[in-house]
Formats: sequence, structure tokens, C-alpha cells
Amino acid sequence: MTDESLDAGWFRGLDPGDPDAARDAIEDGRADAPADWPGLAVDAGFADDADDYYDTLHDAAVHATREAVRERERADDQQLKYAIRAMDDAERTANELAERVAEWAGALFDEAGTGVDGARAVADRDPDTAAERRVVSLATRVVDLVDEADDCRAFVERAAPAVAPNLSRMAGPVLAARLIALAGGLGDLAKKPSGTVQVLGAEDALFAHLAGRAPSPKHGVIYTHDYVRNTRPDDRGSAARALAGKLVIAARIDHYAGDLRPEVHEELDDRIATIRARADS
Amino acid sequence: MSLPDGVERRPFDGRERLATRGEPVYGEPTDGPWRLWDAGRSKLGAMLELGLDTGLVGGESVLYLGAASGTTVSHVADCCGPTYAVEFAPRPARDLVDVAEGRPNLFPLLKDARRPETYAHVVESEVDAVIQDVATRGQAHVAVRNRQFLRDDGRLLAVVKARSEDVTADPDAVFERVLDELRGTYEVLETARLDRYHDDHLAVVARPRTTD
Repeated sequence: MTDESLDAGWFRGLDPGDPDAARDAIEDGRADAPADWPGLAVDAGFADDADDYYDTLHDAAVHATREAVRERERADDQQLKYAIRAMDDAERTANELAERVAEWAGALFDEAGTGVDGARAVADRDPDTAAERRVVSLATRVVDLVDEADDCRAFVERAAPAVAPNLSRMAGPVLAARLIALAGGLGDLAKKPSGTVQVLGAEDALFAHLAGRAPSPKHGVIYTHDYVRNTRPDDRGSAARALAGKLVIAARIDHYAGDLRPEVHEELDDRIATIRARADS
Repeated sequence: MSLPDGVERRPFDGRERLATRGEPVYGEPTDGPWRLWDAGRSKLGAMLELGLDTGLVGGESVLYLGAASGTTVSHVADCCGPTYAVEFAPRPARDLVDVAEGRPNLFPLLKDARRPETYAHVVESEVDAVIQDVATRGQAHVAVRNRQFLRDDGRLLAVVKARSEDVTADPDAVFERVLDELRGTYEVLETARLDRYHDDHLAVVARPRTTD
């Protein structure tokens, strides 16, 4: 082995008792090729023997990876991702449980409403029997879950404009968070082609299309955007394409620059106005 | 086919199943010091269960690419020597670190298997086995790029996931394409479909092609 390969080992110049320096070395270091690191580390006096080396490497790798994971997960776009998924989970679960409450409460009370509102009314009742206590308690969980979903939504609405100002302004904070979550992160979204963003959330339809069983989907979650939903069906494909194109540009600005750029929003507004004008001609 | 030392077939609920000795990881059934290695959850487990000649005898040094939450790699570390576990995604890596914590021979690394230069300063050369289970396009390319870690008569144990390459193509065509690319660098010794346990996955046992 040459001296250069020794230079490239993660333990070069490292104090075996300094976990943070080891973390940096493992995370940021690189080498063109592997080498007999355990042997070289012993030769260099970094470790007494191979076992000692592996013990030190184990502690360093566990520490480095734990910290790197924490840092990556703590990034704000990742928080947005968790929040929007939690919001959807809480809403879905609340609706599911509300159906159960409606079914159960209907058997016990004369006028039990349905849905979340129905569950709210049930939660306010004073139960008389053991069965009533259960259904009122269950309804209380539904109300709690709905409140939690609302809190998650409020968090997303507050956090999204800070993480992705242009994307949030163009798509609204909730849709912006949803796109970020579907892509895996703001950086991932910024790297996607606009055709992919156009059908994010329509994966089932897309794969059915690719397998030759269906027409290509015109839009995924961006359907919830006013520019798609409130454009007449004949022009929705064009609107979705235009919107997706500008959304990706917005995501790229947010990821790589971060400043708010009004031009891109005006360009989209103009383009949609042109597309919608087709309906009048 | 003989199992590596440290892996045994033991009765669980009346059936002979694979097991290794180690700290339980995900609530799997245990029998004294032994814990079940579920072939339905682990593709390497399926390879052993199906009797592929993996060349593993126990105690090997291993580079594991695509360690995910560490389910399979925990069993590998139970029966092998120094085990380097590379995983790219932070969320599963969080669980992987917990699995590695109590296993002194398991080294977790948050790295991209497509970029070996980012971990070649940590992973030693001449490992006995490279085990690969990555769900990314270009699986053959990953295997080729990581050849540099493997000793000349070492083994590549790869699981090729057809849907990661191309969701719409016929899996057989995908496997053929991947194997063709592998053959530039490796000599393919054995292949087997894992369909009994995992849909559209092909297990590959290969060794490096040497010039001499």
C-alpha cells in the first residue's frame, strides 16, 4: 500500500477519542479506492489491533450516521412532509371513525347526525349508560383528531411559505407541501421534470397508462389548484401542463435561490388567461 | 446446500425456519437465543431458504448495499464478520442505526451506493461478499461500481428488482438486460426467481471476472 491510500482513510489525523471529528471524516471524506483500512490504521498507530479498530469504527459510524440522519430529517422541508402526511392521516382516520360513531350513535340516540359534525354533537352529550359512555368517548376522539388535523394544517400554512416562498405563493401552502411530500423533499421536487410534477399523485393512472391500459393522466394532485379545476375540461390538460411547468420553476428558485420572484407568477397568470380565453372564441 | 455457520433451521410454530442468534430487531419470534429470519421479509433469507449456493460460510466481511431498516443486515451481522451497511434514505437509516447500536461488527453508513467514492475511505478492500438489494434504476451499474471492494474470489449476492428498472417492461426482459450488463464485470454463477417470497425479483450469485 502506498502512502496516498493511507492519506485517504477516514481515520487519518484523527484522535480516536473525538467522536465529532470522526463524524465529519466519515460524512465528508472520500477516497478513490478502498484499502486495507484496518491494517493501515493499526500500522499508523490509530488502533492497537483489528478488534480495537472495529470498535472505534463502530462507535464512529453509529454516531456519524445517527447525527447525519437527524440533520437530514430535521430539515424544514422534511418537517413539512411529515406534517402534511400527518394531517391527511388524521383527517382520514377522523372520517372513518366518524362513520362508526354515526352508526353506533344512531342506534342509541334519536337524532344522531352523520360525519364529523355528527360526531361533534355526540361528543357534547351526557351519557347515561355504559354503551353511551363508549360512543360519546369515541366521538370525543374524532373531535380531537379533527382538531389535530386543523393544527397540522395551520402549521403547514405557516411553515410552507418560509420553506418554499414561490411554490407556496403559486400553489398555496397545502398543495405546495403535498408536492414536496410526494417528491420526497424540496430538492427532489426541484430536480423533477415538469411532466412528472404534472402527474404527481396520479401514479396509479400513470402506470395503467404506461402498461397500455388507459389514457395518459392529465393531472395529479395539482388538480386541486384553481387553475386546473376551474378551467373547462377541454383545456384542463393545457392548464395542468402550464401550471406544472411554472411550479417546477418556482420549486427550483426556492431550492437554489430562495427569493420571491413575482415575474414567474405573472407569467403563469398570463398563460392561464390565454388558455381560458379559448373558451370564449 | 449448507447454511453459513450461525444460521440454522429451527422449529417455529411447527415449521423448520431459518434463524440466527442476536438481539431481536422488529418483534420477530424468538426461541431462546435464536430469532426467526423470515424469508418473506428478507430477500437474502429467501435465497438461503431456496438453497442457492451463496458461498457464505459464516464470519465473512460484508459490504451490504441497500440496508434499508436493517432487517436483513441484522441477520447478516449475526453470522458474519465486519459488516458495512450502506443506506441512502434517512428514514430507514434511523432504524438501521438502532439495529447497529448493539452489534459491534455492524457499521451503518448514510451513503449513496451509486457513489462508492463517498464511502471508499471507510469500507475496507477485499471484502468476502457484496450483498446488494437496492431499489434504484441502474442496479447492474451499482454492482459494477462496487466491484472494487470485493476480493477476486469473493461473491456478489444481488437481488434485482424488475420494477425498479422499468415498471412496464416484462420482468424477464429486464432481468436479461441487467444480467448482460453484469457479465461485463462478473461471472454469473447462479440465478433464481424469488417469486415464492418476493414478486418480480431475481436473485443473482456472481463472482468477479478476473483478467488472468
